Amino acid sequence: MATKKSVPFNGTEEQKAKLLAVIAEQKGEKGALMPVLQKAQEIYGYLPIEVQKIISDEMGVPMEKIYGVVTFYAQFSLYPKGKYNISVCLGTACYVKGSGDIYNKLQEVLGIAGGECTADGKFSLEACRCIGACGLAPVLTVNEDVYGRLTVDDVADILAKYE
Amino acid sequence: MKSLQEIQAIRDAMHPELELRNVGSTEANSKYERQVLICGGTGCTSSGSPEIERVLREEIAKAGLADKIQVVKTGCFGLCALGPIMIVYPSGAFYSRITADNIPRIVKEHFVEGNPVKELLYDETVENDNIKGLNETSFYKKQHRVALRNCGAIDPENIDEYLGKDGYQALAKVLKEMTPEDVIQTILDSGLRGRGGGGFPTGMKWKLARTIVPDADQKYVCCNADEGDPGAFMDRSVLEGDPHVVLEAMAIAGYAIGATQGYIYVRAEYPIAVERLRIAIGQAREYGVLGKNIFGTGFDFDIDLRLGAGAFVCGEETALMTSIEGNRGEPRPRPPFPAEKGLFQKPTVLNNVETYANIPQIILKGADWFAGMGTEKSKGTKVFALGGKIKHTGLVEVPMGTTLREVIEEIGGGIPNGKKFKAAQTGGPSGGCIAPDNYDVPIDYDNLIAIGSMMGSGGLIVMDEDNCMVDIAKFFLEFTVDESCGKCTPCRIGTKRMYEMLDKITKGKATLEDLDKLEELCYYIKANSLCGLGQTAPNPVLSTLKNFRNEYEAHVIDKKCPAGVCKDLLMFSIDPQKCVGCGLCAKNCPVSAISQGDYTAPGKKRAAFVIDTTKCVKCGACMDNCRLKAISKG
Amino acid sequence: MADINVKINGIAVSVPKGTTVLEAAHTAGVDIPTFCYMKEINEIGACRICMVEINEGRGFRMVAACVYPLNFENTEIRTNSPKVMDSRRKTLELILSTHDKKCLSCVRSGSCELQALCNEMGIDNESTYEGERPTFEIDNSAVHMYRDNNKCILCRRCVAACAKWQGVGVIGANERGFKTNIGSAFEMGLGETSCVSCGQCIAVCPVGAISEKDFTDQVFAAIADESKYVIVQTAPAVRAGLGEEFGYPIGTNVEGKMVAALRRLGFDNVFDTDWGADLTIMEEATEFVDRFTNGGTLPLITSCSPGWVKYCEHYFPDMTENLSSCKSPHQMLGAVAKTYYAEKIGKKPEDIVVVSIMPCTAKKYECQRDDQAAAGVPDVDYVLTTRELARMIRRAGLKFTALPDEDFDDPLGLSAGAGDIFGATGGVMEAALRTAYCWLSGNNEEVVEFHEVRGTDGIKRSTVTIGETEIKVAVASGLANAGELLRRVQSGEEKVDFIEIMACPGGCVNGGGQPQQPMSIRNFEDLRTLRAKALYDEDKAKTLRLSHLNKDVQKLYDEFLEKPGSHKAHEILHTTYVKRTIN
Repeated sequence: MATKKSVPFNGTEEQKAKLLAVIAEQKGEKGALMPVLQKAQEIYGYLPIEVQKIISDEMGVPMEKIYGVVTFYAQFSLYPKGKYNISVCLGTACYVKGSGDIYNKLQEVLGIAGGECTADGKFSLEACRCIGACGLAPVLTVNEDVYGRLTVDDVADILAKYE
Repeated sequence: MKSLQEIQAIRDAMHPELELRNVGSTEANSKYERQVLICGGTGCTSSGSPEIERVLREEIAKAGLADKIQVVKTGCFGLCALGPIMIVYPSGAFYSRITADNIPRIVKEHFVEGNPVKELLYDETVENDNIKGLNETSFYKKQHRVALRNCGAIDPENIDEYLGKDGYQALAKVLKEMTPEDVIQTILDSGLRGRGGGGFPTGMKWKLARTIVPDADQKYVCCNADEGDPGAFMDRSVLEGDPHVVLEAMAIAGYAIGATQGYIYVRAEYPIAVERLRIAIGQAREYGVLGKNIFGTGFDFDIDLRLGAGAFVCGEETALMTSIEGNRGEPRPRPPFPAEKGLFQKPTVLNNVETYANIPQIILKGADWFAGMGTEKSKGTKVFALGGKIKHTGLVEVPMGTTLREVIEEIGGGIPNGKKFKAAQTGGPSGGCIAPDNYDVPIDYDNLIAIGSMMGSGGLIVMDEDNCMVDIAKFFLEFTVDESCGKCTPCRIGTKRMYEMLDKITKGKATLEDLDKLEELCYYIKANSLCGLGQTAPNPVLSTLKNFRNEYEAHVIDKKCPAGVCKDLLMFSIDPQKCVGCGLCAKNCPVSAISQGDYTAPGKKRAAFVIDTTKCVKCGACMDNCRLKAISKG
Repeated sequence: MADINVKINGIAVSVPKGTTVLEAAHTAGVDIPTFCYMKEINEIGACRICMVEINEGRGFRMVAACVYPLNFENTEIRTNSPKVMDSRRKTLELILSTHDKKCLSCVRSGSCELQALCNEMGIDNESTYEGERPTFEIDNSAVHMYRDNNKCILCRRCVAACAKWQGVGVIGANERGFKTNIGSAFEMGLGETSCVSCGQCIAVCPVGAISEKDFTDQVFAAIADESKYVIVQTAPAVRAGLGEEFGYPIGTNVEGKMVAALRRLGFDNVFDTDWGADLTIMEEATEFVDRFTNGGTLPLITSCSPGWVKYCEHYFPDMTENLSSCKSPHQMLGAVAKTYYAEKIGKKPEDIVVVSIMPCTAKKYECQRDDQAAAGVPDVDYVLTTRELARMIRRAGLKFTALPDEDFDDPLGLSAGAGDIFGATGGVMEAALRTAYCWLSGNNEEVVEFHEVRGTDGIKRSTVTIGETEIKVAVASGLANAGELLRRVQSGEEKVDFIEIMACPGGCVNGGGQPQQPMSIRNFEDLRTLRAKALYDEDKAKTLRLSHLNKDVQKLYDEFLEKPGSHKAHEILHTTYVKRTIN
């Protein structure tokens, strides 16, 4: 949803030049929109409104059409992932051991909701299904690192490790 | 640009090299003493084959064997469960589950000293002192490789190796010796049917595309490489292991229908396949087997790659074309069929990867050769992706008409841990579950439909007594709901409601009336959905309702899950006679639902633990940690 | 194509090969319900409500009647078998399971296609398939309308109208599967997009998911306010559409009863926007002759249609100089009412409330634009659509069919036939040409009809020779057609001197504010032609058919504005435009 918080767009002129080159190369091709979107996501990592607007203006395709295509395919993303992606297990075992509280605490501390990314691009937060570590409940992962047997008080310490 | 003569010269030059890759071949005039084939398919790559290859080349160079041993990175061998794998020719020694650390030893003992490292060979190939080739193992013996013939046998990134296997000779033959009508007749006569789903006769498709719009200014040939069924990966293997076969077949199709442009729509989730296709297209253009005036015959044909972006429905032909056109991948009503109005509203032939993989050999060996395999109405072979509760997960290619029993018991090595066969699921989310009473039915298109499943793209998931059939149906429905495009009402809302009803059943909240309502909804969605995705979405439910109704009823009436899968219906309990009171279960319980009770069984020192079922979240941690198997669920 | 013989419910019918099942059934007098299907622009086979059984020799199966072509002799079709009925019911029940069923308070209650069909099919339980229902916030961001996705049935008619008729495409399907919803890019409110406010999406919505913003309460309140002098005016197309709300056949002119109803609703004056149209001709013809003879920016493009004006500002900002600076007729009338007429009746402009009854939703937006306030207060206070007027009449308990025929009030009620035809595509052009012809030929009273600019073709072209002068004119209706014409003009492929553009296909008679006819009628009847005929008939029947001969308009110039195109006329009757971007 477009109302999610995300990092401010900080596309560079270089990225824009690359995208414009891709569009120029593809423009005459039939069905160029998908390849252009795929390249754009390669260049920027995601497809925020600013990028879709460039594509819309340059290709003469309505914004809504582009957005409709982007939201149809699972591989297109409207939001960047943070440098550190935090995934909180909300499987039953973790949930009853308070992972919901931890999730809430993270939202509060980071100032973002699930699926969002902090303004500095550092942390993104998501909920996940059971990761099969019920014995360690409640658990969360930061990228590949797994943290278990957590309490709400541990949140600050974990985040501090990545500051 | 190469002439046909040059291409044939390359083929002849490659023959001795490829000849060496036959177990025990001694006649080969290869430049090398040995060839080491290492699998570069997706499975082996993710379990470390690139690192193995690097170390292997390093060690061979160190040992001064670089001009005697050739290392070839191939596509998938098929036995993914044993990866990473490596085969040494001419002996055929089959190394399985090796790591980079094993390489120095293999190079030293095997390549330098001539003694294969037996303990690293696949156990089925070692019999006392004899080392057998892979072709003698049960996994390979019953297989008949047509579509997969080059997979694992050649370097997919080297067009010369494909040429060595008579590559592009079929294209040369059709361009030089056959009319388009001849080509179509040959495909018709072969009895080849689409390997991607419904099994429509391929020759018929081509014929319609050639004739239905006589004055079309442009036509297209498309390849459906958007393999999306969970558990099916044969198309990926062909693309990774033998990409040129697809290019050649598409060019043949182009000639047959009168098209000059092809598109391959491939999943972006298959990066290796995409890369190999890119390389292959580049090489084919360089050699002039794609492009203008192929073999000097005046025939033009080129191919572009289009990547999918994560939508299962794009495997449906009209959705695929809508997607190539740059739109949301939503299916469109048929008719008009693609043969009349397909890609960009032009006549289009669309076949899947495995279908194309059969074409060049049909052209070279003739329709009769192909029609000689299989059953009356399903000719040739079919590749299955074996998965689930089976010993040999991987790809197998067998003649149509092989029974489930042969595939599972003989090729697949049976079900592990002595469990009982319960069902086989074919056709992915579009297919159904086949019950044990059909274990001996010959597998072909029509038989599968008759027993409530379908061929689909050839996923074959084996299930044992620990699988709950309601849960399986729910799993597939969850997938369908996620992947429905949302265009038509029955699929968009109907599958969601089906999922909700199944969920209700697995939670023990459904009534027998709900079962009837579910079944009715299934038939409605089948008959009324816009595309194949919706029309087949109820199959997993209908087939399990038919074959395993008692299991549904157990959930509904007794509120029990006989397989012990549906958590809401499970109860964990500790047998006080077995419990020694060690407390490991309580320590591992995430919700502190286990505590020590008052009862001490005769002969035990400590009181048994008990589970408070009102607190239990059924995670199973206690059961996993109990060394005495004192905890059971049911 | 050759005819083939098929059987529909056992009755033999002969239809051309390739005819759809839906059309064949229609020929045979059998209705098959549809939701998503719009002939030629939305043939997507998505809703599945039109499923019927068909047997082409291999047994009966279900197909979507709207898009399934009949190609085989002796095909059998069943449109009302138990299987078909069951399918239809289940489809309805599934749709209902995601539909916000606030039928009692829904603006479309009574005209809702879903409600009507549920009723027909005897749906006796709206909760059969109750389950998760996606919920959405109502989009109130646009001035002229709201979108309530909670009622949307995803037929995508609005999407087709927006993209294909209008070439705008600010709404479309987003997400996929059960989450699919109609919306704008990045869930922007419609007000933030380059929506042109034409309301064609409203006109085609089968349910209450898209509707105009209703100002009937405000208008009732203004009428009840003793301190306000409330003037109402009606656009020409309203009289050609309003009758449909009260059971008259499409294309019935109900001018007399409409005037009577407005008077009984309590308006102080009932004026005719046709009068404003005559005034517009005076100004616009003057502007054209001036530009044409003095080397001004050409082509001159009409500015009567605010949807078109907004489209021009967003999509052809370089061409805003080509737009006529004339306000649209109802804004002109409003401006005159609050200046010239206010003086006459001794009222302060702020005590006058001007209500415009329009076939248009873009007018709701237009009356709030800058530079539409000649007297320092908005020229027009409220714009109501034809549908809202019908609601007022019903709410006030007026028996419309029993009302007498009455005439508009003077002095802003007298109009020439040229003003009447403003409501149909080509009408403004013809009215202007009639006057230009008189002026240039010196024959001040000769009525010349210009049939080349009539009719419902998307783009019409004509070359008019008046004496020595040759004028190339073009007429476009529907913004996709307008866009096509303008691209050709911009690229120099086409040279035109004067262009009429109407946002809605067919012009105002088919405006976004006109009565909603169900698609079962729209797919088989041409609303545009039927309604336009009512206006051309009215023109034909009048003795006064030339705008410049309208005595009350002449009087306005004599007493107040001096002459067409004067400085004062510019201050009161003309406006300005802005350049906008595409969103």
